Amino acid sequence: MSDNSDNNVAIRIDSLVKSFGSLQVLKEISTEIKRGEVVAMIGPSGSGKSTFLRCLNLLEMPTSGKIYIDGIEITNPKTDVMKMRQNVGMVFQHFHLFPHMTVLRNIMYAPMKVKQISEEKARQKASELLARVGLAEKANVYPSKLSGGQKQRVAIARALAMEPDIMLFDEPTSALDPEMVKEVLDVMKGVTESGMTMAVVTHEMGFAREVADRILFLDGGCIAEDATPDEFFTSPKSDRAKQFLEKIL
Amino acid sequence: MNLEIVEIISHYHLAEFNLDFARIAPSIPFILTGLVITLKFTLISAFFGFLWGTILSLFKISSLKPLYWFGLAYTSVFRGTPLLVQLSLIYFATPQLTGYNISGFEAGVITFSLNSGAYISEVIRAGILAIDKGQTEAAMSLGVTYRPMMIDVILPQAIKNILPALVNESIALLKDSALVSTIGAQDLLRRAQIVGAEKYVYFEPLLMVAVIYYLMVMILTVSSTILENRLRRSS
Ligand SMILES: Nc1ncnc2c1ncn2[C@@H]1O[C@H](COP(=O)(O)OP(=O)(O)OP(=O)(O)O)[C@@H](O)[C@H]1O
Ligand SMILES: [Mg+2]
Repeated sequence: MSDNSDNNVAIRIDSLVKSFGSLQVLKEISTEIKRGEVVAMIGPSGSGKSTFLRCLNLLEMPTSGKIYIDGIEITNPKTDVMKMRQNVGMVFQHFHLFPHMTVLRNIMYAPMKVKQISEEKARQKASELLARVGLAEKANVYPSKLSGGQKQRVAIARALAMEPDIMLFDEPTSALDPEMVKEVLDVMKGVTESGMTMAVVTHEMGFAREVADRILFLDGGCIAEDATPDEFFTSPKSDRAKQFLEKIL
Repeated sequence: MNLEIVEIISHYHLAEFNLDFARIAPSIPFILTGLVITLKFTLISAFFGFLWGTILSLFKISSLKPLYWFGLAYTSVFRGTPLLVQLSLIYFATPQLTGYNISGFEAGVITFSLNSGAYISEVIRAGILAIDKGQTEAAMSLGVTYRPMMIDVILPQAIKNILPALVNESIALLKDSALVSTIGAQDLLRRAQIVGAEKYVYFEPLLMVAVIYYLMVMILTVSSTILENRLRRSS
């Protein structure tokens, strides 16, 4: 533990830079996310939201800068990345369920393999989670038989099964038919109520406004605005944010 | 066509070819023992070829440069030289280099495993690369490490997709297995040749083993088609 172990801070990001070749996608981003805080990240396409999120569990390796999770610098090559990832769940736009496993197996797999939890316990936990996302009756079905909304709810249950303290969502409803968006957002709302620290990239402004504690508006690889939902949606400070809101609201 | 002419022609042909399976009838069990050897040979080689091919395919997608280059060079050499040359090399070079008097069967299994490993590794590599990157990312995001991720998540999906190609590889292996007759293994073809030489009839035993090879290939082809259809329905 270092002097960065402020107990209220779940994630600290310090001058994060990410480049793909000569393209600098994230430009010295620094911020903190508090424990239990729900942060919505919004911004125009290509502004670096996904890249930012994916740096937080090192699916993308930052070019420079430091990221601390629970006070531990995960960008340090000596840090056990797999251990860190057990504590940081991620939900993807396109679900990425394991197609050759049943819904229940999808959820049981990582706890059994990674945490060495017994099959019995894993099954019980998975069933509870399935009930929690409203899909108890789909336990023995293969993912291909589910609707998009159902797939995403299973994906959320799969991530929750590792009992992470932090959850990352990358546009979890963008690939869904409109009538399925609500069921997924409702599940996510449920997750926020458990005190989970959440970073959510989303285009659902209603959700961001209602559920998030804080909005990060990204533009051109920088945090152009960091505000409460009320401030951001009623009186955005930057011109870019104003333009962005005009376009989508 | 005139019936009379047909009769004349067929009579002429029969007289010319004079197929006489009765003469080789006592040797049929001898030849069929060769079938067992051919099948054993093919199965063992396919098994080790598959294992070795899987390992090689992981080398070829590895970020470790030495493994990557080894996989690439290995495949290039084994695909770039005739199988018969590889077979002879291993059969004749092994005693010379190690003093071990290798049997034709052993030399065959080693050569065919090494050779089909090269081909299968290409198939599996393509199968792995065809799996959506999201699968890897989902596994990694759950804290699953490389090995279980490959074994439990990626390879089962990859192999399911490439099953038809793997069956084709086994068919090629089965047919190529006849090459071991050149180094004295008592396989189907070799036994047919032995019977031919003993009885001075070559056509009948060779025709018989050709039919047996064909039937085996057909069985594999048909079962692969059935398997494929079943897999398609299940996904
Ligand atoms: N693996 C990669 N290789 C090269 N360039 C990349 C890669 N990933 C992202 N980029 C580029 O980085 C920039 C930011 O991409 P990113 O996906 O983070 O944007 P985003 O804000 O999530 O956009 P969207 O709303 O469309 O999802 C884009 O210009 C993109 O083309
Ligand atoms: Mg994105």
